[in-house]
Amino acid sequence: MFILKLIFKNAFRHKLRTWLTILGITVAILAFGLLRTVVSAWYAGVEASSATRLVTRNAISLVFTLPLSYEEQISHVQGVKTVARANWFGGIYIDEKHFFPNFAVEPKNYLSLVPEFVVPPDQQAAFIRDRKAALAGRKIAEKYHWKTGDTITLKGTIFPGNWEFVLRAIYHGKDKGTDETEFLFHWDYLNETLKKAASSRTDQVGFYMIGIKTPGLAAEVSQAVDKMFKNSLAETLTETEKAFELGFISMSEAIVVAIQLVSFVVIIIIMAVMANTMAMTARERLGEYAVFKTLGFGGAHLAGLIFGESMVIAIIGGAAGIAATYPVAKAFGEAMGDYFPVFNVAATTIYMDIAAALLVGLVAAIVPAWRSIHIRIADGLRSIG
Amino acid sequence: MFYGVAIMDSEPRAIVEINNLSKSYHKGSQIVPVLNDLTFDIKEGEFLALMGPSGSGKSTLLNLIAGIDKADRGTIKVGGVDITTLTETQLARWRADNVGFIFQFYNLIPVLTAFENVALPLLLSGLSRSERREHVETALSIVGLTDRMDHYPGQLSGGQQQRVAIARAVITDPTMLVADEPTGDLDRVSAGEILDLMERLNAESGKTIVMVTHDPRAAEKAHVIKHLEKGELIVHPETHL
Repeated sequence: MFILKLIFKNAFRHKLRTWLTILGITVAILAFGLLRTVVSAWYAGVEASSATRLVTRNAISLVFTLPLSYEEQISHVQGVKTVARANWFGGIYIDEKHFFPNFAVEPKNYLSLVPEFVVPPDQQAAFIRDRKAALAGRKIAEKYHWKTGDTITLKGTIFPGNWEFVLRAIYHGKDKGTDETEFLFHWDYLNETLKKAASSRTDQVGFYMIGIKTPGLAAEVSQAVDKMFKNSLAETLTETEKAFELGFISMSEAIVVAIQLVSFVVIIIIMAVMANTMAMTARERLGEYAVFKTLGFGGAHLAGLIFGESMVIAIIGGAAGIAATYPVAKAFGEAMGDYFPVFNVAATTIYMDIAAALLVGLVAAIVPAWRSIHIRIADGLRSIG
Repeated sequence: MFYGVAIMDSEPRAIVEINNLSKSYHKGSQIVPVLNDLTFDIKEGEFLALMGPSGSGKSTLLNLIAGIDKADRGTIKVGGVDITTLTETQLARWRADNVGFIFQFYNLIPVLTAFENVALPLLLSGLSRSERREHVETALSIVGLTDRMDHYPGQLSGGQQQRVAIARAVITDPTMLVADEPTGDLDRVSAGEILDLMERLNAESGKTIVMVTHDPRAAEKAHVIKHLEKGELIVHPETHL
C-alpha cells in the first residue's frame, strides 16, 4: 500500500509532463484502436460469411456473366440444397456520393440463404409477391428516411436507365456483424425489363449463390460444379463465400497492410515518447534512488518503483484511449457508413489496445530501471545538492 | 532498542576494524589515489569526527565504512563482518540492518510526509503496520517532531528536515550512524541543535557515530578526531574524551 502510494505520488510529481504523456498515450491508443477497427471493417464481409454458402461465378472474371440455364444444372449436384441467382446492379441513388450495394436476386431462394437478414414475415411475403419490390437494410432505410410503400429510383450504370422500385420490406441484421446497407430487388424485374428493351444481355446471371447441406461438402460441391461446366463457353469458378470475399479484399491488400503498419508505427512513436518521459524522470531522481539503495532497498525495489510509475501512466492513458475509442468509432462509423457498412469495435481490438498500453509502459521503463539499478550509490548521491 | 541506555565498560571493543585500506579513482586513463593503506579502529560507542581539506578522502572513507562503496585493497570489519567480501545484495541487507545515514542535504523523499520518510527503512524489516507506526512515533518524539509527522519536507525548515533524517537513521536501531557534513547546509542555531541531538544519541543510546565535517565546532562534539590529508591519517590525532 505504502509503495503503491509512493508510485502514484511519483507518477504525478510533474503534473504537466505526466498529463501530457497520458494525453499522448490516450491519442495513440485511440488511433491504434480506430485503425484496427478500420481493418476489421475491411474484413467484415469475410467475418459474416457462412461456411454453408458457395459462390459460383465466371472463371475468367466477375465481370463476365453465366447463362441462366446453369441454375437448373447446379441444383442437381449432390449436396446442393438451394441455388439463388444474383447480379451486381451498380445503381446510383441521387448521386455517386450516396453509395450502397444493390443486387438483383431471386428473392425467395436468396432470402433462404441469408438467415442473418431478419425480415418481418408480412414484409417478406410482400417483397416476394411484388415483382417491382425492393428490400433494404435498416441503416440505409434510416439514413434516407425510407418507409415501406415508398418508391425508390436508382439510376443504372451497368444497366442504363432510371429503375423504379417499391420498398416492400426492411431487414435488420441478426447480429452486429451483419451488413445493414444492402438493397435487393427481383432478378426477374431486371431480366424482363432488359427483354423489353430487346437487349442481348437477357438471361445472364452475375453469380450463383449456392446453399450446401453441410460445410464439409464445400470442396466436393465446388469441384463437381466446376467440372460440370469444364470446356463450356462459360467455365465456372466455385468457391466458399469466405474465399469469394477474400478475393475482393486481396485487391486492396496493400491498403490494409499500410493501415496495419501505421497502427503499429503509432504505438512505436508513443513508446519512444513515453521512454523519454521515464528517462527524464529517472535521471532527475538518481539521487533519490541512491538514497533508497543506501537504506538497503535492492534493485528489484527500484525496478518496481520505476516500472510501477511507468505502468500507472500507461494504464491511465490506455484506459482513457479505450474509453474514447467507442464514441469516436461510433461517430466515425456513422460518417463513413457508405464505405464501412459494419464498423464495430471488436473485443480483439480492445485486447490489442490493452496489450499495446501495457507494452508501452513496460518497454519505456526498461532503460531507466536498468540505469538506476546499476548506478553507484556514491555517484547517485553526488547528483544531489 | 535505539532509545535504550547503553552501558559502556572501561575498555570498549573495536566495532570497526580497518586494515590496509586503499582506494583510487580512474579519471580517463589516469589513476587518482584517494586513500592510501589506512589502518585504524573505531571503538563501540565512539563519536568520531573525520576532518580534512576537500579531496582528502574523508567522504570516500565514510562511504567505505558504510558499505556504499568498494575498496581496492584492504579489509573493513564491522561487528566482526568483513564487508569488503559481501556481494551487492548482501551489502544492501547489511546496510539496512547496521547503518543509519545522515546526509548534508537531508535526502528526504519530497512526496512522502515526515512520518512516511522515517517509516521507509522499516518496509524492509517485516514489522506489522502498527509496529511500524509505534517505532516511527518514538523516533519522531526523540527528535522532537511528533507534531510535524504529517508535514512534507518542503513544509519543514532545514533543521527540522535534518531531524527527520536523523529519526530515519535511527529507526532500525543500527550498529552505527554515519553522517556526511550533517550541519553543512544549516544555520548556526539549527546546526547546534543537530549536533546536540547527535551527542545525545551517542551518550544516551551508545550509538557509534562516524561524522565527516569541515566545521571545527561540530568536531568538538566528537570523542575522537581524525585528520585526513591526501588519503593518509595525520600521525597524531587529536582526541577529546
